[in-house]
Amino acid sequence: MADSTSLPDRIWQFLTLRRGGKRWHWTDLFTYGYLGLGIFLMFGPVVWLVLSSFKTPAGLLEFPPTWAPLGQVVVEVEGYEKQLPMYRVTMQDGSTKDLAQIRRIGIISQMVDPAEPSTKFKIPIKQREPIREFRMAWENYLDPLERFNFLSYLTNSVIVTTLATLITLLINSMAAFGLSIYEFKGRNAVMLFVIGTLMIPITVILVPVYLVVTELGMVNSLWAVILPGAATPTGVFLLRQYMLTIPKDLIEASRMDKATEWQVYWRVVLPLAMPAIAVLAIFSIMWRWNEFLWPLIVLNRSEVYTLQVGLNAFQGELDVQWHYILAMTVVTLIPVVVVFAFLQKFITTGIASSGMK
Amino acid sequence: MNSELAEHSQFKDAETGQFNPKSLIIWPLSQLFRFIEWPMKRIQNLLGLGTMPYIFLLPNLCFFGLFVVLPLFVNFAFSLTGGTNLYLDERAFTGTEQYAFLLDCGNYADPLSCREDRFWKGLFNTAIFITLQLTFLVLFSLITALVLNKKIRARGFFRSVYFFPVLLSPVVVALIWKWILLRDGILNAWLVELSFDKILFFVSPAWAMFWAIFISIWAHMGFYTLIILAGLQAIPPDLYEAAEMDGTKQERIFWRITLPLLWPNLLVVIVLALIKGVQTFDEVFVLTGGGPGTATQFIVQYIYNTGFTNQIQNFGLAAAASVILGVVLFALTMFQLAATRWKDNG
Repeated sequence: MADSTSLPDRIWQFLTLRRGGKRWHWTDLFTYGYLGLGIFLMFGPVVWLVLSSFKTPAGLLEFPPTWAPLGQVVVEVEGYEKQLPMYRVTMQDGSTKDLAQIRRIGIISQMVDPAEPSTKFKIPIKQREPIREFRMAWENYLDPLERFNFLSYLTNSVIVTTLATLITLLINSMAAFGLSIYEFKGRNAVMLFVIGTLMIPITVILVPVYLVVTELGMVNSLWAVILPGAATPTGVFLLRQYMLTIPKDLIEASRMDKATEWQVYWRVVLPLAMPAIAVLAIFSIMWRWNEFLWPLIVLNRSEVYTLQVGLNAFQGELDVQWHYILAMTVVTLIPVVVVFAFLQKFITTGIASSGMK
Repeated sequence: MNSELAEHSQFKDAETGQFNPKSLIIWPLSQLFRFIEWPMKRIQNLLGLGTMPYIFLLPNLCFFGLFVVLPLFVNFAFSLTGGTNLYLDERAFTGTEQYAFLLDCGNYADPLSCREDRFWKGLFNTAIFITLQLTFLVLFSLITALVLNKKIRARGFFRSVYFFPVLLSPVVVALIWKWILLRDGILNAWLVELSFDKILFFVSPAWAMFWAIFISIWAHMGFYTLIILAGLQAIPPDLYEAAEMDGTKQERIFWRITLPLLWPNLLVVIVLALIKGVQTFDEVFVLTGGGPGTATQFIVQYIYNTGFTNQIQNFGLAAAASVILGVVLFALTMFQLAATRWKDNG
């Protein structure tokens, strides 16, 4: 490379360079300290989750824990049915040998050399160290698919999220169209009504909504999760604000061309309102994927659990199988991370402009 | 399959003629809309243009009516009845008995002296939680927004660092931290390394509350940071330039320019966080289950436990508690609307 400065020097230059070349202030040091701590505190737990999710149950039990997922090396030895764990043993004469353990009795372990299975050794357990290699325990991810209802939780979550988002987009955009394009009697009353529903979170009306859902015969069906939250006042607002900016002439012109109102709605206004609809779609997907309290109340049978409810039920069991929980948590987290990675801009501007979450 | 689909013209981009993956989503939808086109045309011909806005509003208002407005009144009706039946006509009218039961206290400063001590414990816990959570949530959101508003490198990256937990589900957040805080978790491993004793975080009421607050701040801080950041960026830069030309100290700039101009924004954040905080349930429920004992049981969990988990599902009592929660939230929302109006009017 033509550049004569070494890499660390250049990194240091990059870090200490200040825009405008002004002097350092204590707030600058604070800023970088705070940002560094931020990376550690915000990313650390998630990284730790992902690393841990690849460890075997034995690896998870280790204290103090290791960073990387390590598994003990096992070998097949002639004459033994099971695979045997490998240890590095310090022999009497000070030399070391790699031996497989047959069984352990108290503080003595019976060992065998995989190369010559006929000779056995008796070694005090203090003189052996397990041999470990880097190994990702993919079975944490694969087992729950077969052994538990995990696959059905996943499907349920996908169904709920997709259907709910489609219904939300349809009925809210229709309402927003009605409220932004027309002047009609009672429009202000409807607006006030929509604003009013904004103030009534689900936590306040759990019991009666449960009654409504029961009356409709939807308890323990996914519709009980999909329908109650489908009409969102924030969604109506967001879309209406956007549709108000669409020029009225355009709508008049299409009416001149004998377009029916439904055609004006879906052929003219909807395509123009796509940016706002995209924002609402992203939010709806996030809301529905992450929803917890309401599904917890209306879904009581394991077959209809969504991911969130299933995960919670799983972690509440007496014999907690953390290796599966961690892996399932990672799976639950992936769609959100993907959505965020690709649509970050939509999300952040959506929040900053509408203050909704 | 893609190549087959790409043969059809509706999956090709109008300009480039290439396969457009977006059309896979849009095409079925447009078929649906086309399907509704004809009946909607009949309706319009039959009822006239004047009724069309009502037709467009109908589905949404049906949902609102069925799942929000009707329940609001039914909730009140529930709170005036007793018994264990879910169907209202089978429930006995008890008047204000449920409220009397909830509010009957020997001494209002001591939850244990109340007849329904779980409700009061829930209220007290929520109050403690809110006081600390709100204070530090707003403080850290403000600091983070100020830091992100400085001329730093990779600002977009750092913004996402603080923001991404907002998108995680409460269950995921709780499990991530539960894994760290377990008896043999990594935090205790570090404590042992530094030659402290292990701490059983979920056995000590104080620690459980601390982590409930900490995790709730960790998960939601990014959201409020974003709102404050938008407020900071709306402050006219010439004010800062003028101050710098006068050689004003950074600290003075903060107290005299930034904070006063940010204050309306901050007020909205405070009230928003307050409304959300009062309803805290998910993360803490998964993390501690309300324990140890009832140390981290909040008001929403009280409603959930009373109405949906106990052997006798006491819907009347749960409804009465939700009415009380609703009144509190209504007051807070009114306050928020006033704050927003004040902010918008400068």
